[in-house]
Amino acid sequence: MEALLTEGGTILAAFWMTVRLTAVSALGSLVLGTVLTAMRVAPLGALRTAATAYVTVLRNTPLTLVLLFTGLGIGANLGLELSDDIATNNFWLAVIGLTAYTSAFVCEALRSGLNTVSVGQAEAARSLGLGFVRTLALITLPQAFRAVVAPLGSILIALTKNTTIALVVGVSEASVRMRELIETYGDQVIEIFLGFAAGFVLLCLPMGLLFGWLSRRMAVAR
Amino acid sequence: MTPGDLIVLQQVNKRYGEHHVLRDVDLTVRQGEVVVIIGPSGAGKSTLCRAINRLESIDSGTITLDGRALPAEGRALARLRAEVGMVFQSFNLFAHKTVLDNVVLGQVHVLKRSRAEAERKARELLDRVGIGAQAAKFPAQLSGGQQQRVAIARALAMDPKAILFDEPTSALDPEMVNEVLEVMTALAREGMTMVVVTHEMGFARRAADRVVFMADGEIVEQNSPDAFFGAPSSDRASSFLAKILTH
Repeated sequence: MEALLTEGGTILAAFWMTVRLTAVSALGSLVLGTVLTAMRVAPLGALRTAATAYVTVLRNTPLTLVLLFTGLGIGANLGLELSDDIATNNFWLAVIGLTAYTSAFVCEALRSGLNTVSVGQAEAARSLGLGFVRTLALITLPQAFRAVVAPLGSILIALTKNTTIALVVGVSEASVRMRELIETYGDQVIEIFLGFAAGFVLLCLPMGLLFGWLSRRMAVAR
Repeated sequence: MTPGDLIVLQQVNKRYGEHHVLRDVDLTVRQGEVVVIIGPSGAGKSTLCRAINRLESIDSGTITLDGRALPAEGRALARLRAEVGMVFQSFNLFAHKTVLDNVVLGQVHVLKRSRAEAERKARELLDRVGIGAQAAKFPAQLSGGQQQRVAIARALAMDPKAILFDEPTSALDPEMVNEVLEVMTALAREGMTMVVVTHEMGFARRAADRVVFMADGEIVEQNSPDAFFGAPSSDRASSFLAKILTH
C-alpha cells in the first residue's frame, strides 16, 4: 500500500492522462465514425467502397499495430510534427491512432442502428424534399444514435482500456506509471496491480451505468 | 397535354425482375382533380403512386409534374418532391420528433420559413385536422387515426400542388378510418389535387372526380364514380366489384 500512497500524486496525474486520451479520442471517433457511416450509405458507390475498405482494414488490425504505425510510420518516418513539445506530439499521435481504430467500431455500431430505423422514415423525409445529407442528419441518424447508446458505451469502455496501448508511442498514461512503480517497488507488485485495476474499474463503471441509463432514457418509442 | 394538366404519365413501365408491375401506364391528373385508384392487390397501384414522386424509379416512359419532367436525382428532384405531398399507409411520422415538429420540420428546412411562422402554420393545420391539443406529444402516444391526420397536416404544411395518398386507411383500426376519410373528403372539396390509392369504395363514390381501375400493372378502365360503380365496362372491373360489394 505504501507505494500507492506515497506515489498518489503521480498516479493521479497518469490517470488524468488516460482520461484526456479517452475523452479526445472518443470525440474524434464519434465524428469520424459518423462520417464513415454516412459514407457507407451514400448514393455514390466510390464513397461506400472507401468507407467499407477503411472499416474492414482498421477493425481487423491489432490496435498495437495501428498505434505503432501512427508513432513510427506517421510520426518518426513521415516526420509529422503536431507540436514542438515531444510529449504533446506523442499525445496527438496516440489520439490519431486511437481515433482511427475506434471510429471503425463506432461506424459499425451506428450502421446497425440505422438498420433499426424503418425505411419509411427516410421516405417521408425525402418526400418532404429533404436531400440525402439532411435526411441523415435530421431524421435517420438521430434515431440510429438513440438505438445504439448502449453499444457505444461498450466502445467507450473498450477505448478507455485501449489507451494503455498508447505506451507504444510514448504517452505516459496510467499503465506506464504502473510499470515504473513495479520496477521501483518490487516488493509490492500485487498491491500496485490491484490499485491500478481498481482505478480503471472506477473510471469505467460509471460510464457503463451512465450509458445504460441514457439508452433507456433516449429510446425512441415507435 | 393541355394547360391545367398537373401530373402526366406517359407509357410508364416498371419491372421487378420477371414481374412487370407497370405496363404502358398513361394517366393525366388535372389541377384540382381527385383521382382514386382501385384494384386488386398486386395491381401496381402503390407503385404507380410512389413513382409520381420518384420513391420508385421507372424503367421507361415519362412523368411530368406541372409541365416539368421528373428529375432523376439530386437537388432538382428534392425540390420537386417538396411540391408534392405524400401520405403513407404506415404514417411514417418522425418518431423522435413531437407532433408539432413533424409539421414544422419541412417548412423550416426545405421552404426556409422562420421557426415562428412555421409553428403558426403547423398549429393552424393541426387544429384543422383536429389534433391541435396533441401538438406536444410524440407520434407513438397517438392513435393510428390521429397519426395519419398529423401526416396529412405535415404534407399540407408544404403548400403542395398535389398530395399522393398510398392506402392511407389500410393500417387503421376500423373505427379510425372515418376520421381520416373525413379530413380527406374536406380536402377534396376545397379543391386539392389528390391521387388516392385506396380500398375505401365509399370514399371513391363520395369524393372522387374519377375512378381509375388497375389490374396486373395496367389501367383497365377509368370513369366517373357513378359510371364506374354503376356499370363497369370491363369484365375484370365487374368481377372485382362483384367480389367486394356483395357484403
